[in-house]
Amino acid sequence: MSVTYLEAIRAAQEKALREDPRVFIYGQDVGEFGGAFKATKNLAKLFPGRVFDSPISEDAIVGVAVGAAIEGMRPIVEMQYADFSTCGFNQIVNQAATLFYRTGVKCPIVIRMPSGGTAGAGPFHSQSMEAIYAHYPGLIIMTPGTVEDAYSMLLEAVQIEDPVLFFEHKFLYYHLKAPALPTEALPAGKARIARAGRDATIVTYSAMLHESLAAAEILLEDGYELEVLDLRTVKPLDTDSILASVARTGRLLVVSEAWPWGGVAAEVIARVASEGLELLDAPPARINALDTPIPYHPNLWAAHRPTAATIAQAARKLLEL
Amino acid sequence: MASEAAADCSNPFLNKEVYLRAYRIMLQARILEEKLASLYRAGSIRGGVFLGKGQEALSVALGINLRRGDIYAPLIRDQAGRMAFGDTALDTLRTYLGSLLGSMRGRDGNIHRGRPAEGYYPMISHLGAMISVVAGALLARRFRGETGIVGATTIGDGGTSTGAFHEGLNVAAVEKLPLVLVVANNHYAYSTPNMRQFACRSLADRAAGYGVAVREVNGTSLDDCLHAIGAAVGDARAGKGPQMIVGELLRLVGHGEHDDFSYLDEKLKKSSLGRDCLAIAEERVISRGWATKDECQQWRKEFALEVDELAGKVLREPQPDPIVEDWCALSDKRFLDSPHCYKR
Ligand SMILES: Cc1ncc(C[n+]2csc(CCOP(=O)(O)OP(=O)(O)O)c2C)c(N)n1
Ligand SMILES: [Mg+2]
Repeated sequence: MSVTYLEAIRAAQEKALREDPRVFIYGQDVGEFGGAFKATKNLAKLFPGRVFDSPISEDAIVGVAVGAAIEGMRPIVEMQYADFSTCGFNQIVNQAATLFYRTGVKCPIVIRMPSGGTAGAGPFHSQSMEAIYAHYPGLIIMTPGTVEDAYSMLLEAVQIEDPVLFFEHKFLYYHLKAPALPTEALPAGKARIARAGRDATIVTYSAMLHESLAAAEILLEDGYELEVLDLRTVKPLDTDSILASVARTGRLLVVSEAWPWGGVAAEVIARVASEGLELLDAPPARINALDTPIPYHPNLWAAHRPTAATIAQAARKLLEL
Repeated sequence: MASEAAADCSNPFLNKEVYLRAYRIMLQARILEEKLASLYRAGSIRGGVFLGKGQEALSVALGINLRRGDIYAPLIRDQAGRMAFGDTALDTLRTYLGSLLGSMRGRDGNIHRGRPAEGYYPMISHLGAMISVVAGALLARRFRGETGIVGATTIGDGGTSTGAFHEGLNVAAVEKLPLVLVVANNHYAYSTPNMRQFACRSLADRAAGYGVAVREVNGTSLDDCLHAIGAAVGDARAGKGPQMIVGELLRLVGHGEHDDFSYLDEKLKKSSLGRDCLAIAEERVISRGWATKDECQQWRKEFALEVDELAGKVLREPQPDPIVEDWCALSDKRFLDSPHCYKR
């Protein structure tokens, strides 16, 4: 028996619905149909009236979730694709994210954001938008890169009393498998050393975790041992674990599938530069997607995002400095 | 006159008690807003001052038809509706003057005030955004099995052009929620006239497109507003789905106190829309024998005195202190993002 990343997300929602009568799921096609990716398959049947379709109205979907949360519910919103959350942007960053600070009333909503690229998905079904939302105060930004985290962090997200944006990576939905659902988990906000090493630190998250781990394997052939740190949540950002790892290795490469300008990679480097410059033996490096819309054709797409090969190349350059 | 009063009393939405209460709240709101304007001119208020002069009848008619347990998300010109729902002159002054004791604690100001735990939702500035929030709140109440409650919100003619208005009203209609939406068509959105805002005959025509019941009302007449909004709230409470009311009126002040209203069309101003709803309501109160002119004068004096005293008190209240402020946007401190990184 094994569980995929997508099944873990579905299982977490089933558990949340079962254990907490305040939970409901709202989004496009999430009801009887079970969602565009089947992340809510059968849930409408199992929990009548609590898993239901919305109109194609991202602004209103989030607004509805906020109103329901104020009145004591625990809504889980499914954006069909994270890309479409731009149409609900205002409610996320101005309504949900400000509510507690303004009023002292909590806003426990979870917005699931099917994110990131897959071959052929093109400019509007591929985006990694975590940094845009992390920019705003009042939001927690989760970016699980493992089956275990997809499950445990989603369950934790439902319990957290602040708005959580849960960036689940579509590329991992079907490929990524674990032997079983986890029974215990690191809390949100803590990074995890996915692979220990002494020569350089790769800080990454979400699907790039796996490209980075593969890059570490490649460099092992050259005799380099890379440490790979999985951020798990990008906000809060576990700065202490990043600095601790850099203190051990002296070198930092940050890998993110998002665009480079003002992103998570930039933020990690800014923090290490301002708080741990003396820990570095070489200038910190980053590798991101290229600064164009995300191309449709698989050949272009594969060259647009970081891959094990390009990460290994960047790491080698860093190690040779 | 007596016969007119008797006829009115047979109308469930128009009885002496309700009418007088509505009139007195309108008066109170007007006097409070006059005070806010003078505090603004005196430089005591940081930020803008946005008044509802001329819109009190429409506003109060909604607030007065709501009860404890309902949800109310007012907008910028709803001082009267707010007071009818239970907001106070004291909290209004505190929020405008930035008192730490106000409901917003200096974190937000002026019309952006509310107490969501009491069903009184503070608007965000983004027009149209409160409609779906109220819809969500009503959905939650439905989950809890509550019936007979309503959620009410308001919007201006300009706000009806937003995507959020469309999405919010559509969602409320799809879910058949007891939402009452009052549209105050004061013919301007800041300086933009209706003809640059929409191309349909009346904003009321839009309701049919959503499958929402609608009533058009003369917003300068407290009689009409109480009647139409009373009926709409009743229908929503009775489970007849979302209700829209479009009130035609003018604001009798600029967009905010900084605005000289130079764009106001003289013809509109002189038309019946330009009449002062408070003066009309007062005439009715007096002509129906529900109060004398002297009594109205007396109330005016009492409210003015009360507001002056409150303002004096609030001006002496503590303001927020940046040293004591917790600077924390999350309720769960475990998830604060490495605060040491941001320390100045
Ligand atoms: C989405 C959005 N865009 C712009 C503004 C700036 N703004 C504030 S009030 C206003 C005019 C609103 O007009 P209307 O909806 O007719 O309400 P009224 O002021 O006439 O009561 C504008 C443009 C805003 N608050 N929200
Ligand atoms: Mg207007």
